[in-house]
Amino acid sequence: MAGGETHTPPETHRAIEATFRTERARLIAGLARLMRDIDRAEELAQDALVMALSEWPRTGVPMNPGAWLMTTAKRRAIDTIRRDRMREFKHEEIARAPDGTLGRHSGISVAEAIEAAIDDELGDELLGLIFTACHPMLPSDARAALTLRVVGGLTTDEIARAFLSNEPTIAQRIVRAKKAIAKAGLTFETPRGDERVKRLPSVLEVIYLIFNGGYAATARDDLVRPSLCLEAQRLGRMLAGLMPEEPEVLGLLALMEIQASRLTARTGPDGAIIPLTEQDRARWDHLLIRRGLGALARAEALTKEAGNGDGPYALQAALAACHARARQSADTDWARIAGLYDRLGRVAPSPVVDLNRAIAHSMAFGPEIGLRLVDEIAEISALRQYAPLPAARGDFLFRAGRLAEARSEFKTAARLTRNARERSFLLARADACDGGR
Amino acid sequence: MRVMVLAKASEDVDMSAGPTPEMLEGFAAMDAFTEELVKAGVFIAAAGLKNGAEAKRIVSEGPKRTVIDGPFAETRELIAGFSIWEVKDMDEAMAWAKRAPNVTAGKSEMEIRPFYEAADLTEFMTPEELAAPRDGERGRLGVA
Repeated sequence: MAGGETHTPPETHRAIEATFRTERARLIAGLARLMRDIDRAEELAQDALVMALSEWPRTGVPMNPGAWLMTTAKRRAIDTIRRDRMREFKHEEIARAPDGTLGRHSGISVAEAIEAAIDDELGDELLGLIFTACHPMLPSDARAALTLRVVGGLTTDEIARAFLSNEPTIAQRIVRAKKAIAKAGLTFETPRGDERVKRLPSVLEVIYLIFNGGYAATARDDLVRPSLCLEAQRLGRMLAGLMPEEPEVLGLLALMEIQASRLTARTGPDGAIIPLTEQDRARWDHLLIRRGLGALARAEALTKEAGNGDGPYALQAALAACHARARQSADTDWARIAGLYDRLGRVAPSPVVDLNRAIAHSMAFGPEIGLRLVDEIAEISALRQYAPLPAARGDFLFRAGRLAEARSEFKTAARLTRNARERSFLLARADACDGGR
Repeated sequence: MRVMVLAKASEDVDMSAGPTPEMLEGFAAMDAFTEELVKAGVFIAAAGLKNGAEAKRIVSEGPKRTVIDGPFAETRELIAGFSIWEVKDMDEAMAWAKRAPNVTAGKSEMEIRPFYEAADLTEFMTPEELAAPRDGERGRLGVA
């Protein structure tokens, strides 16, 4: 027991694996940049873990385990390239002994390049890996799976459970994505300038997709699903750490932190979703709200400094912040929310944003305004079968005292929804139209 | 999971004359470490606490309250600062904690305490009790 080490071996094993986990993404990122191959990078990282498991119990965990793992993996990479090269070379020698100069360069020069890069710390390899895994040429579900695998370190089984899929499907999706990346010859570098501006939205989209995968889960689901929220928050925090000057990165982070603050408050004991206005606000996670408000303030300051308008994530975060700031539902600043929806509708137009805009305006300025706005979008085909539209219209009519019309809208909404709980809620509202006044 | 990392100083450090060069070096190492935590998406919050001279302790015995002014004779358990991390499990918290620089010259200690989460409370509270609205400011720490 060197140095009075008090750990038992299995604990040492676990401690080493935990250390490895904290370094894994950066390790794979650095190796992928060198090898231009995610599979090889993953293998080399795994080899480095095996080395650590045999060395560290004797030597102790090095002060900078990341550097140790990287150096070990790079040495290993050089060894294998040299070995491959020798094998190739021998084959060639046998085949063409007389001149023997064939292809001598490729393998050796790669090994030399790695040797030269062995202590090279670029620092943005991780960002490069994230951008590559989230490349817009890949379908968004493949981007999400690959990012969770190589950056988040989740197993394919965990990813499959999280996305309510099965392991072979996810494994195949990841394999295809890796092949596509190899075929396109991506360099794993962080894009700069315009290219970066163009590709950032696909990174943010993937992270938010992962977050929403977790947000859609309920307490009764497999625990892996809600943990997607944490995974996405971690990715968002990483990204904000790597790109602290990017307002939309901070906007997305703020949005996720504020939405996550309501995770425990948004379901009742029976698993039913509790609407925002009826949640017990004492159960919101105020630490996350503060973090979210902080990130949003930074995003807004950066945007202002650059003389730009807020991006869609910062605007959505600002909307979430309006609710987070209200100590009671009645304190909600609906006029501000209405104004933010006006802006969001211009930056990221969508029928759902239009509907929410109508609801916000009705809350701020009365049901008639809501009716006018909702009637402007009623003919949009995407909303034809969308239960929230007649539900909102029913609510406006009810508040305007037009009970018979309200009743019929609630019935329509009840017919359109697939959610049994929502249906009974809507039918109850329809019934309430008969009783009153 | 969320953990609170409590940094304990073995001795009450006197800062009245300003930080020593060794301390400044320690702070710089701490900043670099925090930067790593931020980039790994682990860091949530942190703060350093002033030393015992500016602290007060309140001892409760039934209805009686006794205030003890710092500095305290017993400094073994003095908390010098805390951080809050979001990690996957305790092993990961330990892996990070072991890499934290020791900013004091002598021996120092860190304690890692997991937060109570809603899932833990289900052991002694029913889902109905958990969901029941609590009055006023109770529960505003937002942990459970």
